[in-house]
Amino acid sequence: MSNEQAQSTFTLDGRRIPFEPGQTIMDAALAAGVYIPHLCHKPGYAPHGSCRVCVVRADGRELSACTAPAAADMSVESEVPDIRALRVAVLQMLFAEGNHVCPACEASGNCTLQAVAYHCGMLTPRFPQRFPRRAVDASHPDVILDHNRCILCELCVRASRDHDGKRVFAVSGRGIASKLIVDAPSGQLGDTDFSADDAAARVCPVGAILPRDAAFRAPIGRRRFDVAPVSRVGDVTPDPDAQWPAVDALEEVTA
Amino acid sequence: MSPGYDPAMAHGGGAAESERIERVLRGSLAALGQGPDTVLQHLIAQQQVFSHVPEPAIDRLVAALGVTRAQILAAIDFYAFLHLTPRGRFDIRVSDNITDRMLGNAALMTQLCAALGVRPGEPRADGRVTVDFTSCTGMCDQGPAALVNGLALTRLDAGRIRDIAALVEAGTPLAHWPQGFFAVSNNVQRPGLLLADLEAREAGLARLFAQGGPAVLAEVERAGLRGRGGAGFTTALKWRFCREAPSEPGHPDKVIVCNADEGEPGTFKDRVLLTAYADLVFEGMTIAAGVVGASTGFLYLRGEYRCLLDHLEAVLARRRARGLLGTGIGAGAGPGGGFDFDIRVHLGAGAYICGEESALIESLEGKRGITRKRPPFPVTEGYLDRPTVVNNVETFLAAARIAEHGGYWFRSEGTDRSAGSKILSVSGDCARPGIYEVPFGTPVAEVLADCGARDTQCVQVSGAAGVTLTPDEFHRVLAFEDLPTAGSFMVFDRSRDLLEMVRNFAAFFAHESCGFCTPCRVGGRLVQDLVEKVAAGAAGSHDLDELHDIAQVLRRASHCGLGHTAANHVLNTLEKFPHIYRERLRRTDYTPSFDLDAALAEARALTHRDDAGSHLPADA
Ligand SMILES: Cc1cc2nc3c(=O)[nH]c(=O)nc-3n(C[C@H](O)[C@H](O)[C@H](O)COP(=O)(O)O)c2cc1C
Ligand code: SF4
Repeated sequence: MSNEQAQSTFTLDGRRIPFEPGQTIMDAALAAGVYIPHLCHKPGYAPHGSCRVCVVRADGRELSACTAPAAADMSVESEVPDIRALRVAVLQMLFAEGNHVCPACEASGNCTLQAVAYHCGMLTPRFPQRFPRRAVDASHPDVILDHNRCILCELCVRASRDHDGKRVFAVSGRGIASKLIVDAPSGQLGDTDFSADDAAARVCPVGAILPRDAAFRAPIGRRRFDVAPVSRVGDVTPDPDAQWPAVDALEEVTA
Repeated sequence: MSPGYDPAMAHGGGAAESERIERVLRGSLAALGQGPDTVLQHLIAQQQVFSHVPEPAIDRLVAALGVTRAQILAAIDFYAFLHLTPRGRFDIRVSDNITDRMLGNAALMTQLCAALGVRPGEPRADGRVTVDFTSCTGMCDQGPAALVNGLALTRLDAGRIRDIAALVEAGTPLAHWPQGFFAVSNNVQRPGLLLADLEAREAGLARLFAQGGPAVLAEVERAGLRGRGGAGFTTALKWRFCREAPSEPGHPDKVIVCNADEGEPGTFKDRVLLTAYADLVFEGMTIAAGVVGASTGFLYLRGEYRCLLDHLEAVLARRRARGLLGTGIGAGAGPGGGFDFDIRVHLGAGAYICGEESALIESLEGKRGITRKRPPFPVTEGYLDRPTVVNNVETFLAAARIAEHGGYWFRSEGTDRSAGSKILSVSGDCARPGIYEVPFGTPVAEVLADCGARDTQCVQVSGAAGVTLTPDEFHRVLAFEDLPTAGSFMVFDRSRDLLEMVRNFAAFFAHESCGFCTPCRVGGRLVQDLVEKVAAGAAGSHDLDELHDIAQVLRRASHCGLGHTAANHVLNTLEKFPHIYRERLRRTDYTPSFDLDAALAEARALTHRDDAGSHLPADA
């Protein structure tokens, strides 16, 4: 490709975003430092498209930014009122589905679900809470698996399979009865070859997979999303002019 | 203990038991091989014999196929026809489409449960029998219907239910049940362009051999054939994409899949095509294989159509014997002959989503039926990432006749944008339910007159996922440009309460959501709960606004076609039949979402009470 050849671009809420062939709308936006809210997506992981929080309207069609390939001159709407309302409804569904008690949760301040909800302007719950009865699996010496907070994003499934070379996690069942299971005859995490060093141990965007020794190390108020909003630190390429602490510094705070 | 009843079949344990499990497993391993993609078929084989998948079989499959235990458990938990605990030697599932309900299945269910002393979904303590509901079994023209150990029972009435209960109590093997109980009629009421000609002449294949793939592809293109499974994608284009797609390195072959999942409530035409026209369907698949260069073929048959399995295997065997399948098909007969192709039948296990082509491919690979993201499309990365054509049963049948008679013949019927005919499955309130083949462009009113429908209140076109029509719309025509349809046509007369239809569809979609994406997984259930709240007379007008909003979230934000269409019936009826909701509202704008009566469920369970006195009235 010659240097003169202009790079392809599309517009996202009026901003020109450059992209390489094969990139999704999400890839290109994050690389350009523009945040699109997302939960089940993570750079470096196979695109999934299940949470639907990254819904955008591209040339009039609503689709998930994390799975839709970018196309030249396409016009994408993201932070517009009706798309924001759609996202809030999806988030409210997730909050109603599980048992998310933020004030009592160890992940508060580090939780992407909570941070994305703030970003999207979700102010209240809306749908009847389902209050499912879900177990806490404390069988593993280093990690607690609390199914109450699982949002079925399958990041741990992908991390274990694609990054750790194991297959510790799977999603079982269907519909509203879908659930995360682990690959052991006992069904307990402690009976798998899961280790606290696995990528899967650190990938959970909520508080479902909790390393034991990290609990409350960083005080509330000084955690990842307490210090900077998710739109700055949620997988976006850092903006050199940012007023916020660098991501490295944040890792130290939260580690 | 009654004769013919083998307690070992229902209760686990014992050396004899593990020997039998091993025998069944060796049989299915010998027949299907040890590829990880065969796991679902092995599980179905175990379920069929033991009424569940026994633990030892799971351990053996983990070792033999190289899949994880979690993957197997996840699949068993996903498919409605697979179970970890025994269901009972007689596993009866009563079809619960709205058309079955209109024919009185609820009373028959009550009668059967009472006669056998069971509760729906709970195996009887002696392991003899389970009675449960299941999604539409595709017998809407001869319901109420049910399945017993996977085989279809039709035309149920109080007398038959009495007989069935007696046969179950006596432990009579199914082979000795009156064969009339299992009779399935084709009910072809109006044959047209395709159905008027039953004869299998293999003339389409002969044209392929003589003239080659490109010539046949040109005819299919000329015909303007569009997919009959719902989405209406141009068939020739799909075949061309697959033909031109580069093969996977190391796997030169491409794949042809016939979608016989036919799960849309109210559809049963593929059942009839596979019963009476199977040769033509397989001929169409073989032609497609010759055109795109595929050597592997699958027919994905919904579990509910297990009764067709022996017949289809026999037709395939006959075709192999005649050299119409296997190696060197049509060798020496011309430039288009001399290719290899064979077809295997894979069974589904009770999951509507597996009709969606990418979920179907996941299921063929032995996994849960979860819709893939797209792109990539199956034509470039389908079964085991090989280029794959997925077409509906009717599409393959039409392609076979187009190859024989040419594209212009097909175009002689239909409209500009919808060439040819459409085969409809007509059921509900009409004198002559069954199969009607009409030219595209036929008005709804004409079909209603044909089938003897009177005093019609509404027609549901294209199934639960389709569109609800009022009498003002009966002039509209069946065609991709007006009313696209996979063929389901359910008629409701003025005696019907349409909220019953809405309740049935809402429950169906909540049950059939694959659970992958948030809007459909959670929203589908929210819709069902709100519809039930309306039906209970407990909803206020705010609930109707919520219902409308959630339906929009499903339509706009879901991952796949199931979620996109799952709330159509709600949006349609809110707009066109608002009275079915309004007349049940409480006279308040707002009602609490907290349900006091539901909160007492645990107390009721603890005290083993479910009488009227243990419930709060809906307006309490
Ligand atoms: C939820 C859902 C269920 C479907 N069920 C079926 C089905 O039972 N049979 C079918 O042929 N197509 C079904 N489809 C459409 C298929 O995805 C696919 O478009 C079709 O098999 C392609 O074949 P055609 O081009 O010949 O129509 C379904 C789609 C969705 C979204
Ligand atoms: S819309 Fe989502 S949850 Fe529903 S069937 Fe499709 S992928 Fe599954």
